[in-house]
Amino acid sequence: MALTSEEVLHIARLARIALTDEDVRRFTAQLSGILDHFTALTAVNTEGLEPTAHPLPLSNVMREDLVAPSLPQDEALANAPRSEDGYVRVRAVLE
Amino acid sequence: MSDFWRLTAHEAHVKLRAREFSAVELTQSVLDRMAAVEPKVHAYITTTPELALEQAKAADAKYASGTATPLTGIPVAVKDLIVTKGTRTTAASKILENFNPPYDSHVYEQLRKAGAVMVGKANMDEFAMGSSTEHSAYGPTHNPWNLDLVPGGSSGGSAAAIAAGEALVALGSDTGGSIRQPAALCGVVGLDPTYGRVSRFGIVAFGSSLDQVGPIGRDVEDVATMLQCIGGHDPRDSTSNPEPMPDMRHYLGRDIKGMKVGVPREYFISGMEPGVKARIEEALKTLESLGAEVDTSLSLPSTEHALAVYYIIAPSEASANLARYDGVKYGFSDRSGPTMWDNMEQTRAQGFGNEVKRRIMLGTYALSAGYYDAFYLKAQKVRTVINNEFAAAFAKYDVIVTPTSPTVAFPIGAKVDDPYAMYLNDVYTLPASVAGLPSISVPCGFSEGLPVGLQVIGNFFDERRVIQVASAYEGASGLGNQLAGL
Repeated sequence: MALTSEEVLHIARLARIALTDEDVRRFTAQLSGILDHFTALTAVNTEGLEPTAHPLPLSNVMREDLVAPSLPQDEALANAPRSEDGYVRVRAVLE
Repeated sequence: MSDFWRLTAHEAHVKLRAREFSAVELTQSVLDRMAAVEPKVHAYITTTPELALEQAKAADAKYASGTATPLTGIPVAVKDLIVTKGTRTTAASKILENFNPPYDSHVYEQLRKAGAVMVGKANMDEFAMGSSTEHSAYGPTHNPWNLDLVPGGSSGGSAAAIAAGEALVALGSDTGGSIRQPAALCGVVGLDPTYGRVSRFGIVAFGSSLDQVGPIGRDVEDVATMLQCIGGHDPRDSTSNPEPMPDMRHYLGRDIKGMKVGVPREYFISGMEPGVKARIEEALKTLESLGAEVDTSLSLPSTEHALAVYYIIAPSEASANLARYDGVKYGFSDRSGPTMWDNMEQTRAQGFGNEVKRRIMLGTYALSAGYYDAFYLKAQKVRTVINNEFAAAFAKYDVIVTPTSPTVAFPIGAKVDDPYAMYLNDVYTLPASVAGLPSISVPCGFSEGLPVGLQVIGNFFDERRVIQVASAYEGASGLGNQLAGL
């Protein structure tokens, strides 16, 4: 299944990863090669079968809504590259 | 210099209780061993000698007051995707280079309560994506049996630390074989518990329907002891099994007469090395000599599809899980561009290694409009086919026995530029992962001087019989507690 370099750039954009020209060349070839091996799945008969999202028969796990201490603000922000007045700081979102 | 580091955890516990040496002396012995061999092996990303000696002192107080338990004072290696408050946790990624977790994972909390001693954070493939520990931003780990070879992965640092005597027991994590395959390649024991047996609270997420934490040790008893410590219900992980966990140590050293062992013929494929095949066939004879009923007529026809199912589902889940690394809340951040989006794209471009980028893109593609049904949904349906085949097999057999890896350890650099060749290392471990079943790898001899692993797979939450068979086999083979000659 051959991907084009445009498709690889589109995927990288969705995944928010900047690619160099060299990256595009390498990933286009490698990802196409890997996807080739996946096409064998189309031959497996899965008619009438439910998809498995998760191996256990657990669903809608509920617990008591108990009040408990949460992470203090300074600890939650301690790892942030930039913070100010209790907020994380980022550059302009809108161009 | 003392060689207490050669002991298994259960041997050390007996001697600690008898006051033959102190936990501080045991820890110092392991730290000395690390100083001697770590420059060659590189099993750790971060070592924590000061913390270890502090914890060892506290452990000695527990022995003095009679409150010690089997892991009290035992030096442990912790895979570096298990968050540890106050000790940086990198997941072997540049993007988490300076991440200092503000809380403890459930499993580390359990180890701390037991009075265990953490000597360091073990190396791994970045975000657990890989089978050789070469995809670490902090350099590869070397196989203690032959330093030119890989230790397997992704928990390669954990397995190498145990084989090299740089810890007595270790924690790893397994998504598609990341505990069992490195255990096999390093000649130690590794257990991947049933999905849901061990809480994943505080584990850096990779594939959330597959990830599981588990122990690595030099014999089955140590691995059972570790599972006893870390397993059980934790309300902070909604996939954690609410049923009480049985006493795993009860199943050590028992006989396996009449146990029904299925051997699926689909696992004996062309890529298997002859030396591996020979050791597995010998191991099956050993199981028969112990009274097990070994049946080689079992067929699991969809085995070959597990690889594609896994390499669609795991990257899809990873592409969502790794969206959180944006350079805003924590971790590496590139702020050279003018907008937030430039910063994110550059942060992720520089912060992630190539294998992580490949998997994020593979997953993003499989989940994207127009491809979701053909890839992701189809893989989830084939996952059902695989699960159904295992369920039918477990109606007939107590355990399933297979090789752990088709090959012994391979040279560093041999497969690192060929992603698909690397993925094939997991061909025997992926099916049980896809189904969420418990499985163990135990040493079953050597091929060309390198360790070979035997895999025992059990039914859901039936770690008991997995441990029972592995323990009986280990007893008969005499292959427990192997240390690499370094």
